[in-house]
Amino acid sequence: MTEFLTAAVGFILAMLALGLVSILRGPGDTDRMMAAQLIGTGGIAALLLLGTVIGVPAAVDVALTLALLATFASIAFVKKGLSSLEADGTGSTEDQ
Amino acid sequence: MSIARDIITIAAVSAGAFFFLAGTVGLLRFPDTLTRLHALTKADNLGLGLVVLGLLPQAASLRDGLKLVSIWLLGLLAGATVSQLIARTARQGEPAK
Repeated sequence: MTEFLTAAVGFILAMLALGLVSILRGPGDTDRMMAAQLIGTGGIAALLLLGTVIGVPAAVDVALTLALLATFASIAFVKKGLSSLEADGTGSTEDQ
Repeated sequence: MSIARDIITIAAVSAGAFFFLAGTVGLLRFPDTLTRLHALTKADNLGLGLVVLGLLPQAASLRDGLKLVSIWLLGLLAGATVSQLIARTARQGEPAK
């Protein structure tokens, strides 16, 4: 069972590496942020698996913190994007 | 009993890993932002959910199991909220291009 779970951790980490490729070439900012979201979720899964494999319960707490931080990262991105869009919108209406 | 637990773990974690594969490949291959978001939510919700489901039989105590499930629920809530927000940003950004 330990071997299988370790292999699963390795597989999910390989998926995270592919997600980094997606961040590199994603055409837009939203695509990059979605890749970061996917990496956050994959990191949570890898940490949960690792915590079970090596018997470290603290890894589950780390996964919980990662879940919270990944969410805040995405929300910060959306807030920043919306405020710049609103600024663009008011600018264009003022021009009209 | 131990064998049954191990079989559940292997089946669910394999399915979860498959959904992570599908999500990553979808993120790389799908043509536009909203379809990529669709691929991402599958990996987010089902991948993490199946990994958690697979780890539940290996949990040492009821408290550990509840913690795993609560992490998944937080992931679901966060994934749903963030998907809506990102989709709105993507749709607002489109007409400007």
